Amino acid sequence: MQKITREQLIAKASELLSNGTVSQVLGWGKGEFDYDVTPTLFSSAEELENGFVFNDFCGANFSKYLVSKAAKADGKLLVFLKPCDTYSFNQLLTEHRFDREKVYAVGIPCEGMADISKVKAISGDGIASINADGDNLVVTTLYEDAPITIATKDVLAERCINCKSKKHVAYDELMGEEGEVLASNRFDEVARLEAMTADERFAFWQNELSRCIRCNACRDACPACTCEKCVFDNPNSGVENKSPANEFEEKLFHIIRAYHVAGRCTDCGECSRVCPQNIPLHLLNRKFIKDINEFYGEYQAGEEVDSRAPLVNYTTEDLEPGEVFDRGDNNA
Amino acid sequence: MQRVGVFVCWCGSNIAGTVDVKAVAEALKNEPGVVFSTDYQYMCSQAGQDMIINAVKEHNLTGIVVCSCSPRMHEATFRKTAAAAGLNPYMVEIANIREQCSWVHKDMALGTEKAIILGKAAVAKVNLNAPLTPGQSPVTKRALVIGGGIAGIQTALDIADAGFEVDIVEKKPTIGGKMAQLDKTFPTLDCAACILTPKMVDVAQNDKIRIFSYSEVAEVKGFVGNFDVTIKKNARYVKEDICTGCGACVEKCPMKKNPNEFNLGMDNRPAIYIPFAQAVPKVATIDPNACNMLKNGKCGVCARICTAGAIDYTQKDEYIEEKYGAIVVATGFNPISMDKFDEFAYNQSKDVITSLEFERLTNAAGPTAGHLERPSDGRSPKTIVFVQCVGSRCDACAEKGKEYCSKICCMYTAKHAMLVRDKYPETEVYVFYIDVRTPGKNFDEFYRRAVEEYGVKYVKGMVGKVVPEGDKLKVQASDLLANKQLHIDADLVVLAAAIEPDKSARPLATMLTASMDTNDFFTEAHPKLRPVESPTAGVFLSGACQGPKDIPETVSQASAAAAKVIGLLAKDKLTGNPCIAHSDELMCNGCSSCANVCPYGAITYEDKEFRMPDRTTKVRRVASVNPAVCQGCGACTVACPSGAMDLKGFANLQIMAEVDAICK
Repeated sequence: MQKITREQLIAKASELLSNGTVSQVLGWGKGEFDYDVTPTLFSSAEELENGFVFNDFCGANFSKYLVSKAAKADGKLLVFLKPCDTYSFNQLLTEHRFDREKVYAVGIPCEGMADISKVKAISGDGIASINADGDNLVVTTLYEDAPITIATKDVLAERCINCKSKKHVAYDELMGEEGEVLASNRFDEVARLEAMTADERFAFWQNELSRCIRCNACRDACPACTCEKCVFDNPNSGVENKSPANEFEEKLFHIIRAYHVAGRCTDCGECSRVCPQNIPLHLLNRKFIKDINEFYGEYQAGEEVDSRAPLVNYTTEDLEPGEVFDRGDNNA
Repeated sequence: MQRVGVFVCWCGSNIAGTVDVKAVAEALKNEPGVVFSTDYQYMCSQAGQDMIINAVKEHNLTGIVVCSCSPRMHEATFRKTAAAAGLNPYMVEIANIREQCSWVHKDMALGTEKAIILGKAAVAKVNLNAPLTPGQSPVTKRALVIGGGIAGIQTALDIADAGFEVDIVEKKPTIGGKMAQLDKTFPTLDCAACILTPKMVDVAQNDKIRIFSYSEVAEVKGFVGNFDVTIKKNARYVKEDICTGCGACVEKCPMKKNPNEFNLGMDNRPAIYIPFAQAVPKVATIDPNACNMLKNGKCGVCARICTAGAIDYTQKDEYIEEKYGAIVVATGFNPISMDKFDEFAYNQSKDVITSLEFERLTNAAGPTAGHLERPSDGRSPKTIVFVQCVGSRCDACAEKGKEYCSKICCMYTAKHAMLVRDKYPETEVYVFYIDVRTPGKNFDEFYRRAVEEYGVKYVKGMVGKVVPEGDKLKVQASDLLANKQLHIDADLVVLAAAIEPDKSARPLATMLTASMDTNDFFTEAHPKLRPVESPTAGVFLSGACQGPKDIPETVSQASAAAAKVIGLLAKDKLTGNPCIAHSDELMCNGCSSCANVCPYGAITYEDKEFRMPDRTTKVRRVASVNPAVCQGCGACTVACPSGAMDLKGFANLQIMAEVDAICK
């Protein structure tokens, strides 16, 4: 159950619309189903009342939308940001991807979002409605007569179980109480993969990545993937492709993408959230983050604007490539 | 598709010895675009070059692949050949089948296979080459010399003599360097000061030369012809332009007990000091760690005594920005620390000294006014043992000393021994050596004079141990020729400590992006053919920063470096390298990654209006590369997430084509 309610958010948005602070609101819009929430632009209190939702499925990180939407808005654009979204927000500012002056950011608290595939694993398919009731979700389906009650904490998304921060690192206005940066266990799974032999690890990723249907959802949702022209769409890049034509393609797409966002990925987890094949893509990014932390000292992308990421910085203390090789040991 | 000609060089037997050059030429015939392929004994010879020119004309070649030595060696040669044949010089690709192939392989079959693969990669690349035209950049006609020892002084004087402005940055309060501390110089035994100080005065009086003493280089930006340097002028708390160097303050300063660096701590100096009588600039300097006024705000004697009013306790470090066309590194050397050589009791006895300390002891301007006295009790030593190669030529003990020969020790030790026997004939002098190395004009004659005329006892063998006992130093050594152990009761032991580059050299090399060897000596562009140039364009090497050197050699190299600088500064424009980065504005995100990694500050951003497909316009932040500043290092192309940055002549597609050709 979220601490902030839909009504509070609508009231805030309507107020900012009516006093002229903002001209549009980037919020979560009603979709086909209760769990199917879509980023939507609202221009009036009426539209908000009709279409705005806020529930345990509002995982979408709006930061990326600012790149295309902020420039087009007449006045300022109101955006609601959960703590993890604010890191992407800062990272995009660092990369000069949108005009800060065109955005009015409202930080909102987040209690963690639900993962619909975990819900379906319990309730089965054919979900007709999902409603929050205290710490539970009440699910009705087409196939079951009685509503099914599921504890929200049992269906939290992986990124929310391992939430790295409840603190907002950027906002113009904050609703609710500010949280803290958390000590999460988000690198445990990476460490488990690192402990595998090279063959085991290859088999693990082979298994995961072979499911890829190359829908590009991970790229399209990723706030670090905002290139004017993506290398995968560029016939001159040498890696342009639109289908997982072979084993090489399906692996290389994800590895190239992980390299492209390395040092810029804030670990918001959107890639894994949107993957229709449930590939744990966040693990690739976290491996990079873990390595950067270990090689160059703790670094959190997006923690502050204009920070020099270790991968685009040079100091005489930087480690030598040989040290990375040595560290690989037999598992390299 | 290009019409490519392939030319495989034998390099005599250098390549042909391990690579079947005929097979390489034959195999490359079948590569895409190749219309002509041949081999020849020396492609770089006039006959070889003519062969290329004729083939271009005969076969209408549009691209050339030369399979030969490293492009560092002859790329420029073959580019000129291409130009002579009417092609764009950048339509040439070199496949390095010598350094990276024939020289590292012994097996002919494997070497040939690799040479073919390298050739295929070059063909794949040249097929994507495009004609390039270099731009030009202006030259700032002023040189910077870092280090004011004899090397820096000579370089500066020579550059100034050619009519160009020179600045010397010296971290000590005076120029002069190590030579100023020496007594006599081998092999002529003329006094160091007598030949050095007139040059120091020349520097001071030359209106083309500015001296930044007590200063260091804080930052270097830019590139050959256009360096932007920030010089940090440390606060000396004395106004340089007002101080007359009268020395009244030095006499009256109450804080007298500070180790005198110039005499290597063998006597004391006041908190305000002038290193030595002939210092240039002759200006006092206050040691902030010793001055009571600066530390506690009490005293002020020097300010009261100074009639010129030159003392300024509030002086701050000053940063000066200046532009230069060329930079000469002349950072010199230091003797290594003797801390790790406990066997010679350097830290236990004051009477075990280094050779540089010995110089000060025999110097008329030194702590003993030139009288040879033991530092411990002031007595005249009756027996002196000189130990050579202390820390030099250490193969097994690289942690302790240096693997290289310090080159100057044999000669100065012979000089020291000779001077002692000359002034104090009753003194017994032993010199322990591994070898005596005297390759230099009049050097061997000099050493033989020490042995034959002055009766210096040269013993082949090393000193194993020095033990202070009473007022004697018990020296245990071996005489390898007589095959016996020696026990000598010495009064003074002089250690010929190995020399190493100054500690300031390493951070400076980083600033200059100049390369160094494992011993922190600067590397030359070519050890034989370009000995005074660093591989970094516009950075030149003078003196011991490049390797151990005596004075004659240092001065020759200093003048050679000056000649190179003059050659550079005499040009009005430098032809740049056309292989530089450029940004595809339609793909640029404006994220600044490229600007962040650019070591030359060549990338700026601008907001530019673009017409969109739907006939609207959009303002986007895009990168633009300054072609005069870009050096084509390619860092930006790797950092660019969208691939908007690319390097002309080394485009991502070309590199990928090479990789594909190798992996095929």
